[in-house]
Amino acid sequence: MLENLREWLDMRVFEVIRSRASVITEINKKYAKPRIKMTRGVKIALLLLRLYLIFLVLVLGYKFVLMALAGG
Amino acid sequence: MNLIARFFYKYRRFAKALRLYLIIAGPGIIVMVADNDAGGITTYSVTGAKYGYGLIWFLILLGPVAYFVQEMTVRLGAVTKRGHAEAIFDAFGSFWGWFSLLDLSVLNWLTLVTEFIGMTAAMAIFGVPSYLTVTIVAIVMAIMVLQGRYWTWEKLAILFCSLNLVYIPAAFLVHPSVGSIISHGTIPHFPGGFNGEIVFILMANIGTTIAPWMVFFQQSAVVDKGMREKDIRMGKFDTLLGAIFTVVVAIFVILVTGTLLYDPSIGSHANIGSAAEAANSLMGIDRYVGTFLAIGLFDAGFLGAICISLASSWAFGEVFGWAHSLNNKIKEAPWFYVSYFLILITAGLVVLIPKAPLVLITLFVQVIAVTLLPAALVFLILLLNNEELMGKYRNSTLQNVISYSIVVAIIALSTTYSISVLFPGLLK
Repeated sequence: MLENLREWLDMRVFEVIRSRASVITEINKKYAKPRIKMTRGVKIALLLLRLYLIFLVLVLGYKFVLMALAGG
Repeated sequence: MNLIARFFYKYRRFAKALRLYLIIAGPGIIVMVADNDAGGITTYSVTGAKYGYGLIWFLILLGPVAYFVQEMTVRLGAVTKRGHAEAIFDAFGSFWGWFSLLDLSVLNWLTLVTEFIGMTAAMAIFGVPSYLTVTIVAIVMAIMVLQGRYWTWEKLAILFCSLNLVYIPAAFLVHPSVGSIISHGTIPHFPGGFNGEIVFILMANIGTTIAPWMVFFQQSAVVDKGMREKDIRMGKFDTLLGAIFTVVVAIFVILVTGTLLYDPSIGSHANIGSAAEAANSLMGIDRYVGTFLAIGLFDAGFLGAICISLASSWAFGEVFGWAHSLNNKIKEAPWFYVSYFLILITAGLVVLIPKAPLVLITLFVQVIAVTLLPAALVFLILLLNNEELMGKYRNSTLQNVISYSIVVAIIALSTTYSISVLFPGLLK
């Protein structure tokens, strides 16, 4: 009985995960190609944004290392 | 006779414009008033308690900044008929789309927790237990969205916006000195000098004036309301009125705490860390003023909560292709409402957890906001400059000069703010 229930639950969980994954794949496919014209200005703006976000992630990482060291 | 005819003609024109405005009014005024959320009221209370009227001039400057950013969302929403999340996916591809959506979801949820912190703290002043506040708020918010019409939700939200005006009578009760307001508040200066502490307060004020959820919320609200290109002029006026409203309320909060809690002899060392603390202190000085401040704080948290939870649900609906309008019944848009209630209930429950890391959550909100804000603003400007998308409604050169200057200044200051939150000793 318990085993059947577990099997059923496993099936349901996998089904949900599969359907969610297919939705995400579909969205990725739908928006695979950016619609905006990639001019030099747009490319530079997006590059600067990436660099800025990498910088912020590094700062956050550094803060967590400091916090971990202080905790240890 | 000619004079009467001219007067009648002008009156008719005015009445027509007013009728049109009342139809269009909503997204701009709601987003701007909700901008004065629990975090915003806390920031203004602390600003007044620490610096008196000394930084009123800075808030006056922030009004146009908020207007210029938000009016872009009106144009973008009315022209593209798409929310901001969908617009990013479509224009910049799935990488930036997922980044914005995930960042927005996390940030909105954490901000919602801070709204509940503000609401429960405000009601605790009247002896209402936290669980009761959270339950009542959840029920009222459920009634607001489940009645099945965007129009009704919007008008109810405007009703709650008007409660924000409670700070005006509170300020009159404390009898601030007009001469002092003009001499200390309207002339740009930095009380106590330009040091780390004042930079922190200035940046906190900027952070409460422009928030990423505002961009997403207003654009989605414009789309849900069904605004079109011809409504842009009124939509911009609505946003301008909201910007004036938000600055006026912020100034009156400062007048209250600046009059009663600021001590010129100890200057910026007044020991007030939040709006709830300010309301509690004011209860001891003037019961009515303290009560007004507590009601205002609750209302601010409530307005923030109703807008932020909707901003997330709209964004999910746009991206996942679910029906996502407040005009839909629960049967027609189940996932939209499920996501709305999931966000709302989980955020409310966090506040009820004993010893929940609420201070850490508030800190995270400030830091994560800074990762999304520059991205949201950069995308906004790039979209507004796309001729294919915007046609004649794209940014003019003057609008670009203003918006680029605002974005560069906000990125620089919000990054400094984020770093100063993470490393408090760095700017001292």
